[in-house]
Amino acid sequence: MKLKLVTAGILALCLGAGAVFAAGEPQVVRQDLMKKIGGSMGALGAIAKGQKPYDAATVKTALSTIAESAKDFPNHFPAGSETGFETEAAPAIWQNPADFKAKAEKLSSDAQTVLASMPADQAGVGQAMQTLGSECGACHQTYRLKR
Amino acid sequence: MASIWSKFALAGVVAAAVGAGVAYALTKPDPHPASYWAGLAAPDLSHGEVLFWAGGCASCHAAAGAQGEALKVLSGGRALPTAFGTFHVPNISSDPQAGIGGWTLAQFGDAMTRGVGAKGEHLYPSFPYGSYARMTREDINDLFGYLKSLPASDAIAPPHALNFPFNMRIAVGGWKLLYFSDAPRVDLAEAGDAVKRGQYLVEGPGHCGECHTPRNVLGGFQAGQWLAGGPNPEGEGRIPDITPGSQSIGQWSEEEIVTYLETGFTPDFDSVGGSMVEVQQNLAHLPKSDLQAIAAYLKAVPAR
Repeated sequence: MKLKLVTAGILALCLGAGAVFAAGEPQVVRQDLMKKIGGSMGALGAIAKGQKPYDAATVKTALSTIAESAKDFPNHFPAGSETGFETEAAPAIWQNPADFKAKAEKLSSDAQTVLASMPADQAGVGQAMQTLGSECGACHQTYRLKR
Repeated sequence: MASIWSKFALAGVVAAAVGAGVAYALTKPDPHPASYWAGLAAPDLSHGEVLFWAGGCASCHAAAGAQGEALKVLSGGRALPTAFGTFHVPNISSDPQAGIGGWTLAQFGDAMTRGVGAKGEHLYPSFPYGSYARMTREDINDLFGYLKSLPASDAIAPPHALNFPFNMRIAVGGWKLLYFSDAPRVDLAEAGDAVKRGQYLVEGPGHCGECHTPRNVLGGFQAGQWLAGGPNPEGEGRIPDITPGSQSIGQWSEEEIVTYLETGFTPDFDSVGGSMVEVQQNLAHLPKSDLQAIAAYLKAVPAR
């Protein structure tokens, strides 16, 4: 019984250490940034679809998160991070880094622009979703492996 | 004695000739009789446009990266790298010389549904006539009318650069004998109207199975694996399983599938990616009822 506990403890420590180690890896950093963008799109989508009532603070947070995360995103693709940690990054990122960066910056600046004019209701959020959403696809078409 | 041997030899030659004749008869290009394409009404161009988007013509035949109205300039020329060599997509614009503007409905229809080109030759199944074969002749007529209404381009694509033996067109006849069929991919005879409409769109013009069904080394669909996904024929990554058994979309509701096809967003607000981006943008032009039919069909096919 004690042995089992000790084994479990060591295992947990190792897993924990693994997680801490992985957290600093560029693959994981950029995955987390993408999850933030996805989460923000989800928050906007729930309002656009009428599943949640319009809430200015939520919209503002979501748009600023998208703008900040998209801006930082292309800084986390150093040489050597092409594979590993279940990355879905396509080799095209390292072949056309300038275009990849430009696409990320466009998403960031468009999110800023939408934020500056601040969608005032459900329909406005829907429109913002369309603008920003087409950019998700435009970049994922070339630069992400998962279909 | 000599006469017996010469009789043997003669019999051998005759047998070989008969064998070659039978092989040729089984594998020669086989268009519809001309009467099949006769007597159709004037094409309905707006319905032709729906079929244009459902069929994804622009995804291969428009210039790479084309957007908006440029998607309607079907100048061809894109290279399509495959395990069999590189295909160069032809011009199907309305230009009478470089494109299909000078074709008859029978020539267009036999290309679409029988894989037979304007000169009576076999077409390579990289052009998905194995799916388009399920389209009705009325739909072919509407689509042809619409394509002829689009801009002309005088661009001429380079010839295909295929590896031996795939560079011999006659071999396509053998492929057709093995794999070409216009029968339903799955038996859904008892299904309702929406599922049947979805079956027509997915198995016919939409040609979803061409990517979403795994193939064997000869390029035929693997039996019992309809829409089960597989390695990406264009390079890295995998094409997802889109049956109800799929790890990724098996749990999506019909409504969520419709939203994805309409907006490009998954239920958890991930986005469409890869080649599916263009497919989704094409399908977003379809009436909502057609997207609902596609979703209903995807829920009705066997789980893999």
